[in-house]
Amino acid sequence: MSADPLKKPLTRNIDPTREPFDLKQYEAAGGYQAVAKVLKMDPKEVTETVKNSGLRGRGGAGFNTGLKWSFVPMGPDAPRPKYLICNADEMEPGTMKDRVLLEGDPHSLIEGMICAAYAIQAEKAFIFLRWGYTLSEKRLRKALAEAYEGGWLGKNIKGSGYSLDLIPHISAGRYICGEETALINALEGKRANPRTKPPFPQVSGLFGKPTIVNNVETFCNIPPILTNGVEWYKSLGLTEDAGTKLYGASGKVKRPGVWELPMGTPIREILEGHAGGMREGLRFKGLLPGGASTDFLVEEHLDLPMDYASIQKAGSRLGTGTMIVLDDQTCVVGMVLNLTQFFAQESCGWCTPCRDGLAHAVKLLQAIKRGEGRMEDLNKLDQLCRFMGPGNTFCALAPGAAEPIQSALKYFRADFERLIPKQPMAQAV
Amino acid sequence: MAKLLIDGKQYEAEAGQNLLHVCLSLGLNLPYFCWHPALGSVGACRQCAVKQYRDENDKQGRLVMSCMTPVTEGMVITLEDPDSKEFRATIIESLMTNHPHDCPICDEGGECHLQDMTVMTGHNYRGYRFKKRTFNNQYLGPFINHEMNRCITCYRCVRFYHDYAGGGDLAAFASKNHVYFGRHEDGALESEFSGNLVEVCPTGVFTDKTLKEHYTRKWDLQTAPSVCVHCAQGCNTIPGERYGEIRRILNRYHGEVNGYFLCDRGRFGYSFVNAATRIREPRLRRAKEGALESVTKQALLAELGAAFKDREKVIGIGSPRASLEGNFALKTLVGDSRFFAGVADKEAKLVSLALEILQDGPARSASLKDVERCDAVLVLGEDLTNTSPRLALSLRQLVRNAPLGLAAKAGIPDWHDLAAREIIQDEKGPCFIATAAATRLDDIAAETYHAAPEDLARLGFAVAHALDPEAPRVADLSPDAAALAARIAEALRSAKRPLVVSGTSLGSEAVLEAAANVAWALSKEGQGADLSLVVPECNSLGLALLAEGGIGRALEAVKKGEADTLVILENDLYRRAPKKAVDELLDTAKRVIVVDHTEHATTAKAAALLPAGTFAESDGTLVSNEGRMQRFFQVFVPKGEIQESWRWLRELMLAAGFGERVAGWNSLTDVHHAMLEAQADLAAVTAAAPDPSFRVTGLKIPRQPHRYSGRTAMNAHINIHEQKPPEDPDSPLTFSMEGFLGRAPSPLVTRFWAPGWNSVQALTRFQEEVAGPLRGGDPGVRLIEPAPDARKSYHSHIPAAHQPSDGELLLVPLHQIFGSEALSALSPAIEQRTAKAALALSAEDSKRLAVADGDEVEVTICGLPRRLPARVVASLPKGVAGAPVGLPDLPSVVSLPERVRANKAVVR
Repeated sequence: MSADPLKKPLTRNIDPTREPFDLKQYEAAGGYQAVAKVLKMDPKEVTETVKNSGLRGRGGAGFNTGLKWSFVPMGPDAPRPKYLICNADEMEPGTMKDRVLLEGDPHSLIEGMICAAYAIQAEKAFIFLRWGYTLSEKRLRKALAEAYEGGWLGKNIKGSGYSLDLIPHISAGRYICGEETALINALEGKRANPRTKPPFPQVSGLFGKPTIVNNVETFCNIPPILTNGVEWYKSLGLTEDAGTKLYGASGKVKRPGVWELPMGTPIREILEGHAGGMREGLRFKGLLPGGASTDFLVEEHLDLPMDYASIQKAGSRLGTGTMIVLDDQTCVVGMVLNLTQFFAQESCGWCTPCRDGLAHAVKLLQAIKRGEGRMEDLNKLDQLCRFMGPGNTFCALAPGAAEPIQSALKYFRADFERLIPKQPMAQAV
Repeated sequence: MAKLLIDGKQYEAEAGQNLLHVCLSLGLNLPYFCWHPALGSVGACRQCAVKQYRDENDKQGRLVMSCMTPVTEGMVITLEDPDSKEFRATIIESLMTNHPHDCPICDEGGECHLQDMTVMTGHNYRGYRFKKRTFNNQYLGPFINHEMNRCITCYRCVRFYHDYAGGGDLAAFASKNHVYFGRHEDGALESEFSGNLVEVCPTGVFTDKTLKEHYTRKWDLQTAPSVCVHCAQGCNTIPGERYGEIRRILNRYHGEVNGYFLCDRGRFGYSFVNAATRIREPRLRRAKEGALESVTKQALLAELGAAFKDREKVIGIGSPRASLEGNFALKTLVGDSRFFAGVADKEAKLVSLALEILQDGPARSASLKDVERCDAVLVLGEDLTNTSPRLALSLRQLVRNAPLGLAAKAGIPDWHDLAAREIIQDEKGPCFIATAAATRLDDIAAETYHAAPEDLARLGFAVAHALDPEAPRVADLSPDAAALAARIAEALRSAKRPLVVSGTSLGSEAVLEAAANVAWALSKEGQGADLSLVVPECNSLGLALLAEGGIGRALEAVKKGEADTLVILENDLYRRAPKKAVDELLDTAKRVIVVDHTEHATTAKAAALLPAGTFAESDGTLVSNEGRMQRFFQVFVPKGEIQESWRWLRELMLAAGFGERVAGWNSLTDVHHAMLEAQADLAAVTAAAPDPSFRVTGLKIPRQPHRYSGRTAMNAHINIHEQKPPEDPDSPLTFSMEGFLGRAPSPLVTRFWAPGWNSVQALTRFQEEVAGPLRGGDPGVRLIEPAPDARKSYHSHIPAAHQPSDGELLLVPLHQIFGSEALSALSPAIEQRTAKAALALSAEDSKRLAVADGDEVEVTICGLPRRLPARVVASLPKGVAGAPVGLPDLPSVVSLPERVRANKAVVR
């Protein structure tokens, strides 16, 4: 059974027990009305509406979506073609929210993208999809075919004179492709290295042309905003942030999952209410609030609302809003090592701190885990985290990767120290 | 300009320029890896981090990458604060986690940018105690050695090779700390500019494989400023010598000529200096049929002096690969009327025509840097990658200029390489290439046109006419060619700075004249035009200033009995004129005297051989195709009786008893003064470089580095007493470690070195500004400046269109970067890269002759019957075929184009 569309606009059509709505069903449920409305609007008005709604990018960075669109050059002198890209390369460990939307309501994503493309007057749009999301791909392709068939995509959409092509692109499977400029390079057929900013993609993006990249969840917010209005959208949030959010929980909780909840829902409500608390016999130790590349939060933070500002104030980031929960029986060093190995593996190899710093951190964590660590290794890890900090690297991958390490060392340093032998190991000959 | 504060000191710098560029230009020590002055900034290595403050009151500051940070008014920067110093040291520490500690056996050791930067940051304690990652290396051909374990992943190699030089077979593979720079499989690097990887790589991943065969550290090499002798561009080089052998060639930066890069022919073509085919002692043939015997200098001069009494009967044949001084000395010996250019009459005429076009016309002879300043180009008749490779590399930069304008509009400065390339994508400025067959530069062309030389000329004439109706019209032009000409004219007319490139390589006067018309028509339009004319050899223009007629004229004189003695200077005539004519010339003459450094078909017929010095064993002056007069300096003192050609010729004159005019020629300067008196247009020769009396604080400039080792030991097996360094009367340089150790004037820079900067990157300390001119001005003197008001009448001899006639083929010369030039072809490494001779046939003609690729074809070329494998070249027009010129396995292919008949060979 579907949810109340005014309370749960993102998951209004989603029921995991059945196939997603096809075009007919989607239209019957009020689908594509936002497109119909938008096609009669001035593109700038669409952008303005989205800007005023307070919608912030759901990919992790949390930048005002409408504001981002407003940087795209408009008018007859703007460079052509312009592009719109959906970042569906969801690869953040512990994150599976976009998948829910892709598999559950693909038309909603397509509708959101058409509205966004119209707002920036893009000629071409791409969905850059994680390679492993095969069910999403299947459902997306079916929905795209229906949308073309139904006249919502292609030439002269519904007689408006506006045309849009939407092309699914299956990624080769690199975490770095979630970085929007690396995604653009990959889409151009180049190495998936991030680009330098400025220039921002809004000015020089795909094939050097103005480009907007937004996350799946961000796009899915667009149709309800345009249909139900800015004030309604703002009223959904519990704190200063607008709308609802797909929150998730993974780790050794009773009911891991994804829930659409008002922005600013407290952590405790998600963890203890929706996820059902820790499994029997385990105690909560900490959590990464927004995916693997965010700092640990601990017991004292549980009553914080899950919104951008509160989590940032606590020293972490809302990120994707999908928490990974650590219990008291799991080895912290092992968990951090696992994550760091992932990030080191996924480094594109462009800048030194990320490429060589992460690999160094992995070696140190492995040594500690094996019981071959030294006390000075912890200082070295601290130093490496600073070394890989924001501004020091080419993109946000390494600073993100440093976050679980630096916060684990802050909150759980004793767990690291316990694994380090008191007597120095005999030197291997 | 903007004022900025760096560590409390006020500086002025160009606003908008990147901070690293500015710091290095100011002489500050700031380490870097991924940035390269010719490649721009990409922000990958993070080595050049500095701290930037909001203003003077900001005490916190933040790290910024200087290469990615534009200079702004009032900027406050520190290089010295603990945070940025620690960060820079940690970058090195991170790079070192995988870099092997193999400096003692690494070819880069002692001139390694990574070593220098490591010392500069102060990182010296290794904290990393784990295993290093390792790679397999690849075979990359005869030029470049590959050692991937040393890689610090700065991406410079692929950025140079692929982005800058257009090479398609070197790439970055894999990711994380396992990025691999190499080819998709083992094999010779295809780019003609692969040798630059040696200097572009900041450590020992790509090293000079030819150096490895006789390895010597930089500090043990005796070096002198030199000029490449393997084509007419006049690229500046630094050859290095040890124990009487040239060990390697490095680029010598010249702001207006070669900049940072050389071609592989210039870098790896040096081995002829060390070859067994060198002539090291005087040789004499006492009996007509006897062998050449080694004799003493005294015996040789006595013998020749006696035979030389009748000066009227002596003819001198000069050389486009010999110095001005050598040619001038020969001209002095034989007299003006009996001195001939040692090239075919046709080539002499072509080069004279090129010289005339540049001297008398309104279009400016372009330096390579000028080429890179232009934004549209028409190439008429030259396969530049093969005839003038360094110019081809400059054209690749030219086509970026128009699109860089687009980037600038978006606020992206040209140094911001990543962003500029992202916005430019595949956009290219207008470049039109009209040649006989497809070239390796066609990928940058907006349009290409492949046709017979006549039709190329007709296209050029049509472009000129489209630009200026007063230029002669081309009758019966095909509609396609006419439309193309209109498009080319429009593109050149719309350009800010258009360029016309042509040359002598197709052997067509009409092509040169058409190119001149285009440039002149553009000049008339007002915006002016640059003109670059490629001539065959390193001193072709210099020779054209001294001599008029070619070998044909010499032959006439000998046949008429006007002369019976030939003095041939540094020249194998069999490479210049058909075998029959050269045989006749050498057989008719009573006495053939050859002054040269290397044995060849002409020396085999000589009655006397005088061992000349190569470029590395003499000083001299060359005139490049830009018209730039440049001095090259002797690198080392050769063993045996080898000396400069002009010295041999002087001694001949003295021995023959008519040496009163040359008796005072004791040094190169004396020859220069004689030149100055004899020919006003050569007066600049004295200004090309400081004369031998030049001193800095009373000191000469040492050729040997101050760390040169073994001085007291290297000759100890001969004499345990340390010998006095040889005198050098010809230059302000010494064959010694002693002398002025500071920065010498630009023409006398023997190597790029500065305290803390042992690698080639020390260059920034020698430039007025990074990538700008060398301090004190770039060396050399331009002889040819345009006459802006010159109203030359247009060339009006327009050839008829090429008509493929039944069964006949027009055989045009095809040049090969590796093999077509005589001296470099003697290097084993070059030889390995030389393609075998083949007859290039168009698709239609190969069908008509019923031959496939590789089938043998019989054809008579330049009077000699040949059997050659066919090579089907789809881009060749019907009725046009091509033969490689100058290849060792296909000698005596000269004076093309000519009409030939070919047929499929009967299988024997």
